Amino acid sequence: MIVQEIVFYLLAAVLVASAIMVISLRNPVHSVLFLILAFFNAAGLFLLAGAEFLAMVLVVVYVGAVAVLFLFVVMLLDVDLTKIREGFLRYLPTGAAVGIVMLIELFAVVFRNWQFGAGEPAALAAKAPDPSVMSNTEALGRLIYTDYAYLFQIAGLVLLVAMIGAILLTLRSREGVRRQSIAKQLGRNKAKSVELHKIPSGGGI
Amino acid sequence: MGITLTDYLGVAAILFTLGIFGIFLNRKNVIVILMSIELILLAVNINFVAFSHFLGDLVGQIFTLFVLTVAAAEAAIGLAIVVVFFRNRGTIEVEEINQMKG
Repeated sequence: MIVQEIVFYLLAAVLVASAIMVISLRNPVHSVLFLILAFFNAAGLFLLAGAEFLAMVLVVVYVGAVAVLFLFVVMLLDVDLTKIREGFLRYLPTGAAVGIVMLIELFAVVFRNWQFGAGEPAALAAKAPDPSVMSNTEALGRLIYTDYAYLFQIAGLVLLVAMIGAILLTLRSREGVRRQSIAKQLGRNKAKSVELHKIPSGGGI
Repeated sequence: MGITLTDYLGVAAILFTLGIFGIFLNRKNVIVILMSIELILLAVNINFVAFSHFLGDLVGQIFTLFVLTVAAAEAAIGLAIVVVFFRNRGTIEVEEINQMKG
């Protein structure tokens, strides 16, 4: 039990530290790298909470796709680093005030002795099976493909729309690019492409 | 005493606040603002998973899955908008984005 606690506090500390680095570093590339570290630690927290499938999804989707997408965009855009930090100190007091107030409010809600009510076992929508009977992934799959099938389909649609939208937004037709036009090539005939000139002897063209 | 629900909620609260703070701090850089939003969503996900674990109910994890989906879609669309904006204007400063101001 004590090992679990140590691991939890280690993961939480690294998670919070890397989140601080994400928002305070000067170079966006470093921010993205610390964001990846934060996601890895959050995946560790998920593992400790017994959500193995979500931990792996977090690593695959976030570290594998979203963070790399961020990295690509950061490197794609030639951002002026000195200019981008100009307002940093100007907004620091406002941000700190809002942040501290919000943290105090959240802590006032969080740090009290949380206990679930007496009617809790009966109120569960989908009771988690014992890990020795069924793995987390299998239990989630059984729920997603039965009770939550429509929501699952909608999630797929959301991703499809996002994909189409991203492609549509960034697509541009450049001028002056020489492309092969197969229809044009096949549409050629002898009359259009061959010219015969009668050149007088010794006269040149 | 073991890990309690309060520990998870505390971590999530700190992470959420850091995300809000990051939005205030990086007013010029849209990319870091998007990253701050990712941090906020991550904090929400930690809350869902923690409650799901301590309640013994799987629905929280399913909801987390959908939050992840929407977050991925949001990141993709947001970054596409940033790329298009940079292509048109040559900057990603938030204060420069005022073309639609009436």
